Amino acid sequence: MARALTEKSAELYAEGKIGGFLHLYIGEEAIAVGSCKALGDDDHLLTAYRDHGWAIARGLDAGAVMAELLGKATGVSGGKGGSMHLASAERNYWGGHAIVGGHLPLATGVGLAVRYEEKPDAVLCVLGEGTTNIGYFHESMNLAAIWKLPVVFLVENNQYGMGTEVGRASALTNIYEKGCAYGIENRQYNGQDVIETYEVMSEALAYARQEGPVLLEAITYRYVGHSMGDPERYRTKAEIELWRERDPLCRVEDKMTGEGAATFDEFTRLQQEVAAEVDAITKFAEESPEPEDAALWEHIYVNPIGER
Amino acid sequence: MARLSVREAISAALREEMYRDERVFIMGEEIGKWGGTYAVTRGFLDEFGEKRVRDTPIAEGVIVGAGVGAAIAGLRPVAELMTINFAFLALDQIVNHAAKLHYMFNGNIRVPMVIRTVGGGGRQLGATHSQTPDVVFAHFPGLKVVAPGTPADAKGLLKSAIRDDDPVFFIEHATLYQVKGEVPDDEDYLVPIGVSDVKREGQDVTIVSYSKMLQVSLEAADKLAGEGISAEIVDLRTLRPLDVKPIIESVKKTNRLVVVEEGWRSFGIGAEVSSRVTELAFDYLDAPVRRVAQAEVPLPYNRRLEQMALPQADDIIAAVKDVMYLR
Repeated sequence: MARALTEKSAELYAEGKIGGFLHLYIGEEAIAVGSCKALGDDDHLLTAYRDHGWAIARGLDAGAVMAELLGKATGVSGGKGGSMHLASAERNYWGGHAIVGGHLPLATGVGLAVRYEEKPDAVLCVLGEGTTNIGYFHESMNLAAIWKLPVVFLVENNQYGMGTEVGRASALTNIYEKGCAYGIENRQYNGQDVIETYEVMSEALAYARQEGPVLLEAITYRYVGHSMGDPERYRTKAEIELWRERDPLCRVEDKMTGEGAATFDEFTRLQQEVAAEVDAITKFAEESPEPEDAALWEHIYVNPIGER
Repeated sequence: MARLSVREAISAALREEMYRDERVFIMGEEIGKWGGTYAVTRGFLDEFGEKRVRDTPIAEGVIVGAGVGAAIAGLRPVAELMTINFAFLALDQIVNHAAKLHYMFNGNIRVPMVIRTVGGGGRQLGATHSQTPDVVFAHFPGLKVVAPGTPADAKGLLKSAIRDDDPVFFIEHATLYQVKGEVPDDEDYLVPIGVSDVKREGQDVTIVSYSKMLQVSLEAADKLAGEGISAEIVDLRTLRPLDVKPIIESVKKTNRLVVVEEGWRSFGIGAEVSSRVTELAFDYLDAPVRRVAQAEVPLPYNRRLEQMALPQADDIIAAVKDVMYLR
């Protein structure tokens, strides 16, 4: 679903129906799906702006996600957030954040609230490998470590921060090793494998609840540009093809059919069902109303004070 | 009523709100064991414990950001930035996160937090530790910006800020902590955010100011009274949302306006107030509006030069005489 919705959104972007930036998640879906499977309902989630897959995996209504991409009143943020700002208070998904690194302190604070109220929950904070070079990463890791906050920092290492490959931007290319600087448990794993993701994440969340922060590095790849309109001068077609052979969806299909857990026909049927659902949510989103003019002035404050 | 200093008033507000609501906690650099660099939170660690009085590393971004996160998740943090000059290190959290999340997520996320900080010059701390950049923070919709100038307002406004469901940027002044005044004891004494206040009534000229410059304006008004000039003083108290109604009413009475701010004149409070008065009461003005502000230089260390750069009562008196055509 995450991939089908994303591919559809790329079409809609090309048609000019989605404005602003659009950052596709194609190739990285196993991380969101496996991780969200491991998250409990009361656990918390914060991500960066490549958030469509995460929103779907966290159980946000796919129609409301698509409507947000189209800026409609029925969108998860009423059409006022856009593709980079998906969220759901009901699902403890505290956003989609578009300032690189800005949500790491927020996740740390959510972890503080969990400990403060002596709850058993954990916080999953998802970031790109490029974010590990920004000050917020170090401030947040340090604070989470000294206060033993229940936060799993998950780095989706898709090899490029926009067009800059890891080795040109980060002194350490094994990103997970940065956890050592703060005495934080750390681990690298194969982000293209949904089962491995689920297992690693389950273990990390359990540790975070009991002990404190964890830094995970999922090795992955995005098949498409950083955002729509990326000229992709920084990598070769052969490299993309190599990663497509490790596709997380094909991988799970091969594994399940190989083990006799599912048949090829069942996967085909599933794809057809998803395609039909994407058609339905696209129709819903396109037919949804624009926000009212009055929405422009709503929710600036919880308690608005009129200027006199 | 009790006679308290601004320091004691702020301390009392924090203490009362922490007793009233378990979700209120304070975090910042040196607020616990040290007791706060301006001694506002002295004794709090013993009184409330480490859970609610949290010393942080020197890391302004995560001090404010963790406050935003804790607020999102239901707590009511009061995050302290040791000085407003360090708030620039947290500017992204203040303007891109605290001020934006409620709107951007269509009301689904709330950020009920207070950021307490200390601004102002006059203590020979040099250019990077003496700024009054209040207008920077007042620029952003989504944030409420408060800057009290008396002990009673400091207490009542801070209590309102802590009880408010929106992020409030609360600016104290480094040289006001010793100023004393009558403060109500009532634990529910609140001063509303977004309401300007006439601090002194007069007939001949309106002086608009706030924070430290309120006190300097009051001093100027005393001297002017000795020369037979009656100045009315309007204290802004809140910079966003700005309440211009008492200013307009006052200008309609006095027909003359001087705006006094400690920060720089360019793009400042004076510019904003004077523009609003021009829009709303142009026909009532008998003279061009005058602004009194800091000299447009980074504030120097040398005491004499520093005082030359900061607005003084005599500068206000001169401006008043200008708008009254007495010079």
